[in-house]
Amino acid sequence: MEVPILKQGEFLIATFQADLSDADLENLRRGLVQQVVRFRSRGVIVDVTAMDVMDSFASRTLREIALMIRLRGADTVIVGIQPEVAFAMVQLGMTLEGVATALDLEEGLAYLIEKFKNID
Amino acid sequence: MPAGKIHVAINSDQDIVLARQKGRALAAELGFSAVDATFVATAISELARNIVAYARRGEITLQAVRGSSRQGIVVVASDDGPGISDIGQALRDGFSTSGSLGLGLPGVRRLMDEFEINSRPGRGTTVTVKKWRQ
Repeated sequence: MEVPILKQGEFLIATFQADLSDADLENLRRGLVQQVVRFRSRGVIVDVTAMDVMDSFASRTLREIALMIRLRGADTVIVGIQPEVAFAMVQLGMTLEGVATALDLEEGLAYLIEKFKNID
Repeated sequence: MPAGKIHVAINSDQDIVLARQKGRALAAELGFSAVDATFVATAISELARNIVAYARRGEITLQAVRGSSRQGIVVVASDDGPGISDIGQALRDGFSTSGSLGLGLPGVRRLMDEFEINSRPGRGTTVTVKKWRQ
C-alpha cells in the first residue's frame, strides 16, 4: 500500500490510511526515512487521523520512525491520533514517549515552523 | 443478536487486519461505544499478533454473547504453537520472548473486561477475552 508523502518546503507530510498491515508499516518506515534523506527534510508530519487501531506494532513503528528521523537531525510530529485510539494506546501501555504529537495537521505544521524559526 | 461464530484463520499480518476489522464490525453491530469498539479491535490485533509471532498460525473466533442483563463479545484466540511455560511472566508488562512485541497480554487484559488464558508447553495457547456493552 502506497502512502502519499507530500513535500512542503523543508517538511514532509505522510498520511497513513486505515487498516495498514505490518508489512505496510515497515514499507512506510523505510520509504519515509529514504525521503527524509533524499529531500534533506528538517521536519516530518505523520498524519494518523484515519487509523482506527494503533496496536503495539503500529505504535512501536511510529516511535522508531521518529527516532530514526531524529538521528538525521530532523524532527517528527505525529498528528491526528483519535481520542478512542489514544485511550486504547494508554491501556495497552503504548505512550509514544519522547515523540512529539499535535492535534491536527495545522498544529503539527505550526509546531515545526516554531521549532525551526530560531535556527534559521 | 447476531447468531453464530465468526472464524478468522490467522496465518499472516494481513489476517491480523482482517480479524480486527471483523471484531470492530461486530462491536458496532452490537451497539458498543466507539471507545469500546476500539478496545475490542485493539485487543484482537494484539492476540492475532501473538499467534503470528509465536505460533505462526491459529484462529480467532468472535461471538456475540448475552449475559444476565447485558450483551457482550467473546474473542477466542487459539493456536497449536509452542505454548507458554510461565504464564505469570507472560502477563507482566514488558515481557516478550519473540522480540516483536512486549506489551501484548497485560495490555489486552486492561482493554477487556474478562481475560482467561490456557496454555501448556507444546500444547498451544488459548486466550479467551470478553467485553460487555456499557
